[in-house]
Amino acid sequence: MDYSFSLGWIDYTIIIVYFAFVLGIGWALKKFMKSSKAFLEAGRSLPAWVTGLAFISANLGALEVIGMAASGAKYGATTVHFYWLGAIPAMIFLAIFMMPFYYGSKARSVPEYLKLRFDEKTRGFNAFSFALMTIFSSGISMYALALLAQTILPFNFTLNMLGWHMTPFDVYLIISALIVLLYTYLGGLSSAIYNEVLQFFLIVIGFTPLVILALIHIGGWEGLKSHLDVVATANGFQPGAWTHTWKFMGHASTNPMGVEWFGLIMGLGFVLSFGYWGTNFLVVQRAMAAGDMTAARKTPLIGAIPKMFIPFLVILPGMIAIAMTMDPNIAFSLPMKGNSYNYDTVIPMLLRTYYPVGVLGLGITALFASFMSGMAGNVTAFNTVWTYDIYQSYIYSKGSDEHYLKVGQWTTVVGVLLSILTAYVARVFNNVMDFLQLIFAFINAPLFATFLLGMFWKRTTGHAAFFGLLSGTLIAAIHHGLTQPAGATSLVKGGWLGTVVHTYPSQMAQNFWTAIFAFSLALILTVIIALLTKRKKTDEELKGLVYSLTPKITNKDIPWIKRPDFLAIVVGAVAIILTIIFW
Amino acid sequence: MGLDIKIPIGLIFSILGLLLLIFGLATGSDPMYQKSLGFNVNLWTGAFMVAFGAFMLLLSGFWKKKAEKQ
Repeated sequence: MDYSFSLGWIDYTIIIVYFAFVLGIGWALKKFMKSSKAFLEAGRSLPAWVTGLAFISANLGALEVIGMAASGAKYGATTVHFYWLGAIPAMIFLAIFMMPFYYGSKARSVPEYLKLRFDEKTRGFNAFSFALMTIFSSGISMYALALLAQTILPFNFTLNMLGWHMTPFDVYLIISALIVLLYTYLGGLSSAIYNEVLQFFLIVIGFTPLVILALIHIGGWEGLKSHLDVVATANGFQPGAWTHTWKFMGHASTNPMGVEWFGLIMGLGFVLSFGYWGTNFLVVQRAMAAGDMTAARKTPLIGAIPKMFIPFLVILPGMIAIAMTMDPNIAFSLPMKGNSYNYDTVIPMLLRTYYPVGVLGLGITALFASFMSGMAGNVTAFNTVWTYDIYQSYIYSKGSDEHYLKVGQWTTVVGVLLSILTAYVARVFNNVMDFLQLIFAFINAPLFATFLLGMFWKRTTGHAAFFGLLSGTLIAAIHHGLTQPAGATSLVKGGWLGTVVHTYPSQMAQNFWTAIFAFSLALILTVIIALLTKRKKTDEELKGLVYSLTPKITNKDIPWIKRPDFLAIVVGAVAIILTIIFW
Repeated sequence: MGLDIKIPIGLIFSILGLLLLIFGLATGSDPMYQKSLGFNVNLWTGAFMVAFGAFMLLLSGFWKKKAEKQ
């Protein structure tokens, strides 16, 4: 079936003008790139509103826009747990408790914080695994963008370049890679952050009319609720299972996620979300680029405000799409993929249905921009970690600042080239990508235990952190190897150790519990090893790195209404109110 | 970092918004461009974008900066 869009000259004009501006921002910032700090850390000079919106936009990539819309169709309103439970509490914790250590320690990256707090081997483990993960993520975004562009843009051609027969997929992949390369090479982290802010506004303005039009068509919120009750009962659930967030979380069998409340709160709401938002350098880097400590602490909180409302932009369209698909009186249907609907087509199908020529160009540009912000975010995080934590630490430590600036710029080129290579690997070996994703999940699961103990218990030693992290990763792998989600058909889903000791009701439940086991056992083992090993860092060396040894920030010189603590209370209160409204 | 991002944001949304607004006005009576439940979605989106772009430019105070430079 042909899913391509009919585009007019105005659509192409919008796409071209937008990307010309994106490159223009990179060009305008080029003259400021005179030191490695300017290129890799944005000079630590950006205002909080810019870093706050970039904090969210760097995360508003392909997975969020396409993936969350798909989850909205598949799991209904319970998908908002990834926001109000799986992001907001962690962002508040990062702002209030973790940013003072990241920013105050003058560490240039998250792995460097681990080096200052623990030792070289803990930093090395985190730096190498993170660098690989960013290239993997950037390549996946690139692959997804080229695949989407090939599907929706109405071109079919073959270009011959130096004996290479280029298909539309190849051309879109190379063009997107070149755009990201140019603006990140020219303007470094500042360019990526400024463009993420621009992309944030474009995504909001590009998708809002889509949600409004689709919601009007289905009969408003009440019309959507009655349609989704039909979806719920057709899937064997009680009416309301697609429109309530907590009401049916008592048991895994009563909600479309297949997860029970404890696994959800501990697995997603604590271990995975605090691990992602609190330790992932991709997002933390945005806060570290802020101009001062207050701006750095406000960054996640400013980001949390739009983050709370993004579900209305990405999850709601998925809910509307499945509701309309199940209504024979509405001329809209998601295409099939095997025995079920192809949920990944929610946004493109809605764009095609509701947007005429003109805003269609805006919607497509917003879609492409979301993919590119994910790519650029990963590339800039990769070049900082590679330059500071790998090259300067293990390869050549006596270079001038100009030397590291050059290394940072060339690392951007290498990072984009490796991403292109990853995109082609993803195209040819889909299973390899599933396997790699699994490995990264094992590495991430125990990470928060290491940071939590490192920041809040001065007795934690370097050996304890490193071996706790390794054993947590191993436990995550063993747990996955001994369990399976119901209906699993491949070993990538679990049970690869030969004996299945437990079957989870869903893959999501298995993921959450893998994280819970890895975190808990890593925490216990780190404490035991810490008590058995000798501290090598003195209290003086740990000042600014551990809670009990760091002077508390009082913010007495700032009016109470402008303090991060007050903003955190407001953000928390709004998240609670939203949760109650959609309970 | 030298560049006030409000200016490029204001400029691009004003330009693209104006483009959509004019296109919406020009094609408003053509049912082909009204497939969105009878709304002239180009016109309304364009108008909102122009307003947002102008707001960002006002917020940037670019004319003051220009005067300061001179």
